[in-house]
Amino acid sequence: MDLFLQLTLAGLAIGSIYSCVALAVVMIYQATDHFNFAQGEMAMFSTYVAWTLVGLGAPVWLAFLLAVGISFLAGVIIERVIVKPVENAPVLNQVIVFIGLLVIFNAAAGWIWEFTIKPFPSLFPEDLGFKSTLIGPHHLGVIALTLGVLALVFAFFRFTRVGLAMRAAAANPDSARLVGISVGWMLALGWGLAASIGAVGGILVAPIVYLEPNMMAGVLLYGFAGALLGGVSSPGGAVLGGLVVGVLENWVGQYVPGGSELKLTFALILIVGVLVFKPAGLFGRVVVRRV
Amino acid sequence: MAADRPNPVTPQLLAGFGAAVLFAAVVPHLVSDFTSFQFTQAMAYGIALLGLNILTGYNGQFSIGHSAFYAVGAYTAAILLYHFEWNHYATLPVAALVAFAVGFLFGLPALRLEGLYLALATFAFAVATPQLLKFDAFEHWTGGVQGLFVPKPEPLIEGLSADQSLYYVTLAVMVFLMIVAWCLLHSRSGRAIMAIRDNPIAASTMGINTALYKTTTFGISAMYTGIAGALSVFVTEFVAPDAFNFFLAVNLLVGSVVGGIVSIPGVIFGGLFLVFVPNFAQDISRAYPFVPPPWAIFGIFLILAIYFVPFGVWGAVERGFAWWKRKSAAGR
Repeated sequence: MDLFLQLTLAGLAIGSIYSCVALAVVMIYQATDHFNFAQGEMAMFSTYVAWTLVGLGAPVWLAFLLAVGISFLAGVIIERVIVKPVENAPVLNQVIVFIGLLVIFNAAAGWIWEFTIKPFPSLFPEDLGFKSTLIGPHHLGVIALTLGVLALVFAFFRFTRVGLAMRAAAANPDSARLVGISVGWMLALGWGLAASIGAVGGILVAPIVYLEPNMMAGVLLYGFAGALLGGVSSPGGAVLGGLVVGVLENWVGQYVPGGSELKLTFALILIVGVLVFKPAGLFGRVVVRRV
Repeated sequence: MAADRPNPVTPQLLAGFGAAVLFAAVVPHLVSDFTSFQFTQAMAYGIALLGLNILTGYNGQFSIGHSAFYAVGAYTAAILLYHFEWNHYATLPVAALVAFAVGFLFGLPALRLEGLYLALATFAFAVATPQLLKFDAFEHWTGGVQGLFVPKPEPLIEGLSADQSLYYVTLAVMVFLMIVAWCLLHSRSGRAIMAIRDNPIAASTMGINTALYKTTTFGISAMYTGIAGALSVFVTEFVAPDAFNFFLAVNLLVGSVVGGIVSIPGVIFGGLFLVFVPNFAQDISRAYPFVPPPWAIFGIFLILAIYFVPFGVWGAVERGFAWWKRKSAAGR
């Protein structure tokens, strides 16, 4: 029973990281109807930025906040400079631009920081004042921090004018424009926020999987799986989806023979399964297509 | 738009095609064995790109996971060669069939997936492939992380080196598959394939069995890519899981975009690009340390190509030719 609880709690911790990535993916999907395939690599790059800041002597928390801020700016700039020119291009062109971004970030990280695996410090102290055999301090911190971040994001969209404007721009760009919302800048802001949330995920997962340029490939895949399971049109659903996927991943790894070696295949099966049997996800809206 | 259809048969096209094949037939006698070997690789990529173009360019379905089908073809050939000591060329049809089957089966769920979702599913397939190939339970067959070594095929004709012989075989396979693709796209089925791309709902209203055509096209596309994978094994004499990672899928996408995604002849340019440009980029970034590594250059190139020449090399050739024809007609 202890093992089961440990697995579940650790799954919730890793799942909350998937939730961050899933939420980042869903935010961009809501605003632009696109999956950002570069989301994982952007988060990886942000994590390297944080690692460099720590190396320069910054306290971990300061490095974390700075990296999240830098990611926000970078996200805005990427939307304005790279994504905007293909805004109205066919889907294929946009997918290709995202793939291009993925490759650039991956190669650039390898070029700047080399491909060797680096340890990354945890944001949380080793000693929390109490001991538990069920969950480690880092995992506990991850759950708390991501819940905090998600609450912040929710409050931002629910209670601020900018958040409302962003929701309007995503829901109905034309009408939003008519009431004076700068839809283009709302998109850029969305990219910035998504990049920041992704960065949180990257920095939290780095102490678990170690820092290296390809560390986010699996995380992004699980993030996608979480987003699809919850429903790509539902941010809350995506968060829940991420948590469920994290727990499922741990259970499958332990209880299904061969499961620990085929974690990515499990993500593939999950993605294809959701798309085939429940394309709208658990909490998503069903989209009806008209001729 | 004319550029969205395969080129019609004109005397110019036939003459150009014939000249290109003739030229390709002399090349191995003009260059070193190593260069022939590189051209063979380029043609193998070209065949894979042909599969991707049929799927994406002509049928409008996305795949950013064709590395998986490349791996299926490569491993089928390698396993038959390594464990059963088959003749090299006998493995090709088997690799084609297996890749077709896998592609068709993957195409079944893909049916319900539109554009982006399909891209996502194939992305997941590409990312999961290397791990699947390393899986313990298959290790006896796949060689696990180590992969499998296979011999190079013996020269078919005396007097040719092994590399030259393989070059001719690959050339013949590529030319054959290009003609097949061309005939397919010019047939009734080809028009159905393109109608589905242009307007799926209208196509099904016209009585086209959209589901059947889409899955079959997926299968055919995978088959082309699988044949390319098998040929690549003959060339490199080796398969290993990490050669079939997501970056191979990106490579195929880059080649397809560079050559022209809605084209048949463009795949040659795409293949050549994939073999020679990374080497060239590597030389440059070795010589000048401030130049980013080849992969970053690849990514930048991909984005710039989509901004400025989304129709690729062959699209540019077609546009140039059309412009020249208009100009000479106006001058008369």
